[in-house]
Amino acid sequence: MFKNRQRLIPWYFALPGLLWLIVFFGIPLINQANVSLMTGDPEAGYELTWAFSNYTDAISEYWPQIRRSLGYAFVATVIALVIAFPLAYFIAYKAGRWKGFLLLMVVLPFFMSQVLRTVSWQLLLTDNGWIVARLRDIGLLADDGRILATSTAVIGGIAYNYLPFMVLPLYASLERLDRRLLEAATDLYASRATAFRKVTVPLATPGLFAGSLLVFIPATGDFINAALLGSTKQYMVGNVIQSNFLTILDFPTAAALSFLLIGIILVGVVLYSAILGTKTLTEAAG
Amino acid sequence: MAVTTPTSKVTEVVAPAGAGDRTARLRVWGLGLWSILAILFLFLPIVVAIIFSFNDPAGRFNFTWQGFTLDHWADPFKDPDLAESMKNSILLALASTLGSVALGTLLAIALVRHRFRGRGAADFFVFLPMATPEVVLGASLLGLFLVAGANTGFLTLFIAHTMFALSYVVVTVKSRLQGMDPNIEEAARDLGASEWQAFWRITMPTIAPGVISAAVLAAALSVDDYVVSSFNAGQTQTFPLFIFGATRQGVPAEVNVLATMLLLAILFLLGLNVAVQKALARRDAHRASD
Repeated sequence: MFKNRQRLIPWYFALPGLLWLIVFFGIPLINQANVSLMTGDPEAGYELTWAFSNYTDAISEYWPQIRRSLGYAFVATVIALVIAFPLAYFIAYKAGRWKGFLLLMVVLPFFMSQVLRTVSWQLLLTDNGWIVARLRDIGLLADDGRILATSTAVIGGIAYNYLPFMVLPLYASLERLDRRLLEAATDLYASRATAFRKVTVPLATPGLFAGSLLVFIPATGDFINAALLGSTKQYMVGNVIQSNFLTILDFPTAAALSFLLIGIILVGVVLYSAILGTKTLTEAAG
Repeated sequence: MAVTTPTSKVTEVVAPAGAGDRTARLRVWGLGLWSILAILFLFLPIVVAIIFSFNDPAGRFNFTWQGFTLDHWADPFKDPDLAESMKNSILLALASTLGSVALGTLLAIALVRHRFRGRGAADFFVFLPMATPEVVLGASLLGLFLVAGANTGFLTLFIAHTMFALSYVVVTVKSRLQGMDPNIEEAARDLGASEWQAFWRITMPTIAPGVISAAVLAAALSVDDYVVSSFNAGQTQTFPLFIFGATRQGVPAEVNVLATMLLLAILFLLGLNVAVQKALARRDAHRASD
């Protein structure tokens, strides 16, 4: 009796939270899988007909948006990495007593509404604004050139939005790095550049992995930036899922696109971890 | 993750003196400059948003600088819809933070402290919502509500926010638990404490800093969420939903005021969090020295 109770204790603790996730995350996903194979129309309702053609139809109809999502997310991830790595390196090694302050500065943007920050970018990049005028002056933009409603604005907005997610894991893995290894490398006559390439970068890989995923995954599904900084020509899968679900009420297509998105992310994650040689995904995530 | 600041063990590393001294100094300056620019980039839209809370726009369009005024700060709740959306957002953040912290803390304790069948699978399952794009989370949940015939509104928002904050709470509390010695709880039980007593008097006080950080994170996530809410709000407005809806006609300057206030409130909470963490650390040090 006592023994049995002891065994049940972990379940008392785990069950409420797990049930919440099963009912409001797991079951909805299974339901969506079901919906993605339905046919019908908004008025008459939808019925399960195992219509796998929903997936091929969704791909052929929305291929530009799917390709755009992946392309934008990839470029934004690279931009975030280029901006974040030196910053994370500086905070980890050179910031001294400013370390805590700089980390706070990195996460501070999270504490102002994301939608409003994106609206602020709208103001900054507007056609008759200061930034566009200067870019026209120095010839980087044509005289009638604009930034809003271009892919530059949307990609820049995405990179901006998820930049802290790149900085923090990079910082964490650089901070953990045993610096005696670098000393050992230079003692063994490695140049600083070689030591950086052969010691620092490989040991920062878990942070690189986690950071890239934390930027890339939400970026593929993002639709705020495309909606506010782009035009319909910059719409991504997220915008299509939203409008199919909320406006057109074509639930099966929205569901099929959701699973295509998840599938693409899974394939990407597996490929990426194979390339980087990271042992397990959860290791990088935790 | 975003809230706790890991403290460094290596505070100062002395660079070896020698011929590379000048290039080393140049490198540090270059890195520093790059970092300052990166942080300015992060700050630019925030600064703009704050500045435009003092703007005196002619019409509803708060797009160009017209002149300085404190009017919006004097009466930020002028627009009843905006006031209502802010009230909803705050209530929602409070409710979903309570929900996700209660469920997530217990779940984290089970995952770290207990060995049970299916623990690995549960661990992975908890990680999944964080790896799922928000638009998919929001759409799937609405799909469930449609099937169940549930009306979307405050309750469905509460369910959604508790769901997506839960995983973040588990991760934050777990990392605190992993750094803690399980023998103390065992010692307490060996000394005759019940499971319940050991939980409230040993486990909870030790993981309190992690739980507080998780709560701040959950509240920040909830108050800022647009994507998941846009699917599950029904007729209920939240602050981010109001702003997005207003972008078509122009966002009123009162929104900037409230967003700035929210930023200050969260900074205050963070400061409070740091103060509490320090007090807790002092208490622990004091106890250890007894």
